[in-house]
Order: sequence, then structure tokens, then C-alpha cells
Amino acid sequence: MRQSPALTFSRVGHAFLGRSLFEDFDLAIGKGEAVALLGPSGSGKTTLLQIAAGIVEPVKGRVLRGYRRQAVVFQEPRLLPWMTLTDNIAYGLAARGEGKAARRRTAERLALSVGLEEADFTKYPAELSGGMRQRANVARALAVDPDMLFLDEPFSATDVGLRRHLQDLLIAAARSRGFSVLLVTHDLAEAVRVADRIAVLSGRDGRIAASRALAGRPGERSERAIFEQVEAWSRDPVFGELFSATERAR
Amino acid sequence: MSHVLAGLGWTGRYLWAGWAGLAGIFCFLAVWQAGHEIYGSFILPSPAETAAAIDALAARPDFWTILSQSAGRALSGFALAAVTGTAAGLVAGYSFAAMRLMKPVVTVMLGVPPIGWIVLALIWFGSSGGTAVMTVVIASAPLSFAGALEGVAKRDRQLDIMAQSFGASWAYRLRTITLPHVLSYLFPAWTTTAGSAWKVTVMAELLSNSGGIGGELATARALFDIPLVTAWLAITVILALATDYGVLHVVREAAERWRSAGLPWGVKR
Ligand SMILES: Nc1ncnc2c1ncn2[C@@H]1O[C@H](COP(=O)(O)OP(=O)(O)OP(=O)(O)O)[C@@H](O)[C@H]1O
Ligand SMILES: [Mg+2]
Repeated sequence: MRQSPALTFSRVGHAFLGRSLFEDFDLAIGKGEAVALLGPSGSGKTTLLQIAAGIVEPVKGRVLRGYRRQAVVFQEPRLLPWMTLTDNIAYGLAARGEGKAARRRTAERLALSVGLEEADFTKYPAELSGGMRQRANVARALAVDPDMLFLDEPFSATDVGLRRHLQDLLIAAARSRGFSVLLVTHDLAEAVRVADRIAVLSGRDGRIAASRALAGRPGERSERAIFEQVEAWSRDPVFGELFSATERAR
Repeated sequence: MSHVLAGLGWTGRYLWAGWAGLAGIFCFLAVWQAGHEIYGSFILPSPAETAAAIDALAARPDFWTILSQSAGRALSGFALAAVTGTAAGLVAGYSFAAMRLMKPVVTVMLGVPPIGWIVLALIWFGSSGGTAVMTVVIASAPLSFAGALEGVAKRDRQLDIMAQSFGASWAYRLRTITLPHVLSYLFPAWTTTAGSAWKVTVMAELLSNSGGIGGELATARALFDIPLVTAWLAITVILALATDYGVLHVVREAAERWRSAGLPWGVKR
């Protein structure tokens, strides 16, 4: 049976100060599907994600939402400095008016599941390390029990060990809860590890230059398969633009 | 356990700040005493003479009535100014049109010297407490207004966007994101305002002949009782300091504990 997609971009176009970023952008994400969006720096990935999450209103086109509840993991943790760790994780729940006791239970459970410790619960963000803040950022998004999760280069500032840990956590959560994922990333290996499908945004016309499904399910691919896939795609001209443009931007 | 330690550290810091402040006060008293020894009692009564005068005052049956009269005026003026100024500043921060509308009003309020307002208030309220309250409000509200305006303008939009992405309502965002941020702009304004509220109250009372500490000062002046003048002045200063350190400082430390949370012992402040 074909379900209606969780998220559909329909001929979406956007411009900043009259300068067009992309036009006629089309992309559909199925229910429970994880799509990684890659593209050169400045091609408009963050803007697309913000349009999808309803933060930015597109100039043209429409976004159709087939999900009930969204959550966003931002690149920077964006924790409230005046709230404790658990209050920060519970922010989305509090915003929707959930009771204090239930909120705390959920927040503490999630804090533990992302590798934070009980001793940290009452600490303020200034007392947490960068990695701990990033864990809290992920926990805050998962706490609202979303069926659509947006992530904008969520792990690019974390070290390799933590990145792997958070990626595995994301894969496991997506599997057990079945939410859809739109992941914006620069990291081809991350995309290949986490996603069901990858879409490459062209830096020239702001359209999808390539859309490729990945074999197997996330979490079941061997390290070797991931490595070989990344290796093969690195030599593909479509991905070539991605890396050369990224190099130039640096 | 760590909470107890944090609480102790916090209390220790507070007391230490108090200790340093006390040292400053003693330096001031020394300079005062030196002035007294040069110019004599008629020009500048010594701190000891002033203390004796305060002691005598405290024994007067109407002492506390006088204090509470002035306190009522200063504090109600301060509260009224803080509430209206902050509310107007918040509205102006969010609405460009409202800011354009209110800015000239604030400029006028700041531009006219307090003494000018006292004269106007005298005509409007006569020698009732209203003169003092109105003058305090007008002298103080612009500071809260400016603080709130600045705070809203400098709030972290990224946090606002985060909250929006979770579907937080406008009111919830105001309460959890804008207000805690604006508070750090309001406290300095309120500290200044609380001090000037006392000064302006005494001045307005003196000029409008409406009792309170100002009224007593006028009487003391008429009687050429100089120790009585310095006694009332000292009492006013003590009350202003008590409002600042006894109330505002404590509230601020409690409300902004998160700010010092990230600073371990030994980090330069
Ligand atoms: N609020 C804004 N006002 C004006 N221009 C903007 C705004 N936000 C983004 N842009 C412009 O839009 C373009 C795309 O920005 P966007 O952040 O979407 O790129 P990106 O693909 O996420 O890049 P990166 O990979 O470097 O994060 C950039 O050229 C940027 O200058
Ligand atoms: Mg980006």
C-alpha cells in the first residue's frame, strides 16, 4: 500500500533580497524514511530545512506536511542559558503544556539515553561541555516524540567518537519510533550511514542534481559497505561538484 | 551535597561583597570626620554627633510614621515606574511604530529637570504625597523603558526560532526567552532608579511641604539644627542602600544564578 508522504516540497522557490536561491524545488520524504540532503555550502540547504519546518515562509510553491509533530536539531545547541539541563530537554514538552511531573520523567529518561548523567540534571548550560550540550540538543528534539525530525548538520562540531554515538542513537530512535528524517549534512559518510536515500542539491540551479537510494537499512550496513559506497560516490561527477564547491568555499 | 556547597559559596560571595562595601563605608566616614575637624560642628557635624541625633530621632514617637510615609511614596513611585516603564519598553521593543510613538515622550520626560516636574506636580497635587510619587515615576520610568527596549532588541533570535520550531506560543516565548534576557537589562536600571526614588521623594517632600523625611529636613533647616539635617540625610542614604543591597541585590542574585553557574572558583570576574 502506498502511503502519502510525510513531507512534500512542491515547486518551492526562495530568494533573499531578490537573489534567487532555488526554484521549482521538488522532494518527497516518505513516512518513516530518512533522507539526507547534501549540497555545496551556500546552496540553500539550511533555508530549505527552515522552510520545511515552517520557520521560513517560501516565496513560491508549497510544502505539504503529512506528519503530526516535528522537532528540529539545530547545528548549535541553542539551549536556554537560564534553564537547567532537564528543563531545557523538556522545553518542547513544556511549550505544549505538558504537566511538570510527566515532563521531568521524560526529560530524565532521555537525558540518560543520550549519555548524560544524573549529576548533570540540575546544571546550567554554562556548566556543561560542548558535547553534553549537543547531546541535550538531540534529547530535547526526541523528547517531544516527533514523527518528523529535522536535523541541520547536527554533529559537525562534535568529535568522531561522540558523532558516531549520536548517529547510532538517531538510527536506533528512528527505527524504534518510525519517524521520518530530513538530515542536512556535509559529510557523505554520515549520509550513507544514517539515511535510506540521499538527495544532492545542485549549487548552480538549486535543484536536486541526484537522488540515490541506499542498499540495506540504516544500522544494518557494515563499515566496509559504508566505506565502499562513500569511495564510489566520491568519484561520481555529481558528487564531485559538491566537494569541489566545498573546497572553494573554504 | 553539591547544592549545599553551592549555596554556601553563594552566601560567602554575598557576605564578601558586603565586607568590601563596609570597608568603603568606613573610608567615607573617615573623610567625613576629617571634614568635621577642619570646619567644626556648625558647618559639618561629626559622624558621632549625627549618630547621636539619629538615636534621639529613633526615640521620637512619630519616627516610624515619618519613615513609612516617605518609604510608601518612594516605593510606590518606584514600583509604578518599573511596571509602566518596563511594559512600555517591551511593547516598543516588539513594535517599531510604538517605539517611534513613545521615544519623543521619553525624551521629554528625561529632558525636563525633576525640579520642573515638582513645580508642575505641586500645581496638580498640592502638598499631598502625589507630588512625590509623580516626580519619582517621571524621573524613573524612562530608565526601565530604555532597559526593556534594549533587552528586547538584543534578544537571541536563534533561541526564538528554536522555540517556534517546537510550536511554542507567543506568550510562552515571551516568558521563557525574552523576559529572562530583558531582566539582565532591567536590574541595572532598577538599581539606579531605586536610589534616585529616595532622593527625589525627599526633594519633592521638602519643596511641597508634605511631611515625610523631606518635611523634617525643612523643619531642621528652619531651626538651624545641623546635626538633625545630617541625621535625616544619613537615614535617607541608609534606606536607599538597604533597598539596593537588601532587596534588589538579593533578588538579582537569585534570579540570575545561572549567570554565575558557569564560573568556577578562581575564574577572573
Ligand atoms: N536571512 C537571510 N538573509 C539574507 N540572505 C540569507 C539569509 N539566510 C541565508 N541567506 C543566503 O542564502 C544562501 C544560502 O544560505 P543557507 O544557509 O541556506 O546555505 P547552506 O546550504 O545551508 O550553506 P552551509 O552548507 O554553508 O550551511 C547564502 O548565500 C546566504 O547568504
Ligand atoms: Mg547551513
